[in-house]
Amino acid sequence: MNSEPAITATDVTVERDGFRALFNVNFHIGAGNLVGVVGPNGAGKSTLFDAIVGALPLARGTVELHGIDGRPGGLAYVPQRDNINLRFPATVHDVVMMGRYCHVGMFRGVSRRDKEIVRSCLERVGLWERRKALIEENSGGQRQRVFIARALAQEASIVLLDEAFSGVDVGAQEGIIQVLQSLRDEGKVVMLATHDLTNLAERFDQIICINRHICAYGPPAEAFTPEVLEELYGSHGMVLAHTHAGGETHIETHMAHD
Amino acid sequence: MIDYLIGPFQYSFMLRALFVSALVGFLLPVVGAYIITRGRAFMTDALAHSLVAPVAVASLLGFTSYVTAVPGGIAIAMLMGFLSRQTGISDDTSIGVVFAGMFALGLIILSISVDVNPGRAINIEDLLLGQVLGVTQTDVLISLVLTVVVAAGIFLFHRHLVYTTFDPVGARVAGIKTSLVEYLLLALLAVVIVIGLSAAGIVLVMAMLVIPSATAYLLARRFTGVILLGAFLGVVSAVAGLYLSFYANWPSGPAMALVASLIFGVATVHKRAFPVKADE
Repeated sequence: MNSEPAITATDVTVERDGFRALFNVNFHIGAGNLVGVVGPNGAGKSTLFDAIVGALPLARGTVELHGIDGRPGGLAYVPQRDNINLRFPATVHDVVMMGRYCHVGMFRGVSRRDKEIVRSCLERVGLWERRKALIEENSGGQRQRVFIARALAQEASIVLLDEAFSGVDVGAQEGIIQVLQSLRDEGKVVMLATHDLTNLAERFDQIICINRHICAYGPPAEAFTPEVLEELYGSHGMVLAHTHAGGETHIETHMAHD
Repeated sequence: MIDYLIGPFQYSFMLRALFVSALVGFLLPVVGAYIITRGRAFMTDALAHSLVAPVAVASLLGFTSYVTAVPGGIAIAMLMGFLSRQTGISDDTSIGVVFAGMFALGLIILSISVDVNPGRAINIEDLLLGQVLGVTQTDVLISLVLTVVVAAGIFLFHRHLVYTTFDPVGARVAGIKTSLVEYLLLALLAVVIVIGLSAAGIVLVMAMLVIPSATAYLLARRFTGVILLGAFLGVVSAVAGLYLSFYANWPSGPAMALVASLIFGVATVHKRAFPVKADE
């Protein structure tokens, strides 16, 4: 069996209250990929993530997760802000330590090694100095980095982030992308759902454009065509592609808000 | 002054009452910390009222109430949890339906037990308001055993309870069996409510579970602080309430709840004056 992390979705269809929230979704994501899942609100991005993590029954098709079989904590999920109890009195350190819980048995306490792992994860996302701050005292960008650190502490090889850029300013988005790219470089699969990639599209290896089905899947330069953006956002979406002197393509996607 | 403090405990019934009050004061806020951070205080009140049914069955059959209240309470808690998770009805609605049905059933069984077992039936006022001065040696022993069971459950599952309270989806994806943890918490809640009935009664057991925890939530920075401070404030409220009950001849449950409420009031004023929580 291939021990490298990967996700294979085959003909995935999800129904909610008789409504087809997703249909005919097919893709394969290999190890060491940073994948953006892009689509308008209600396009099924969260539903796709729920299907991947097994939180929703599939009406048809299969999702196979490779390389995490039998290993606790192999899959990590950073939910949308609304699904997290931010009034819970936990510090940044406490939240990252939660990533170790799946490795800590019921009968043993947190070990020195667990604490060292948490420290290294917090240092990696640049939040060790804020370890004593309550989670609610952090900005949106800092919170996302806390949850990424938790996924690191969990030693997950597949990391899903749902609307990770919601309420996060552009500067903080850049910091998050850099951490995610470093995870990708270690061979992990990272999927990030967002309704708007603004000017970060080219930082992803692959883009899945989704609007209840897959409209496009591939490198950003191939996925973001005017036709695809029209399908995603109607006449409000547009793509700006700049080709630099070295032949590198820089892509910006924009949504015109009413 | 010293005579006032130790005087009540020359009576063995007061010693038993002190022991049970301290247990209740300690244990209820510990479980309450998980309940209030999940926003499930109404579940506590509903479950306490629903326990009238199994307690009434014990009264009808002539058993001690623990025989039916512990399994009955756990079964009702499971039913509430199941309806909330599986029917698509909102939490409040499904809990309210079970609460109303069980409370009504319990009152009817109690009225029947008064006819069937005159003189032995449980006094409805004691059931509603608590009568810690009437606890027996057997009650003390059963409360102690149940407290050990609950404390062991909390100790073993604390981390899972914390993770599922904070981020249920993330916890489930990380491999934690969140449904099992949820049902376990409900079972623990049912058991601590049964323990609390003798001291605080059905009407006010929620007060002893929620108010010390809520006070601690205002003052403590971290969750472990909420648990420990809540337990301390719970014991203070319970013991102070016991003294009031003894000297002022007040019912024990309302006396304890009143002290807990006063401490909450002071904490609220303190919180407004000094809004930053203390570091631990």
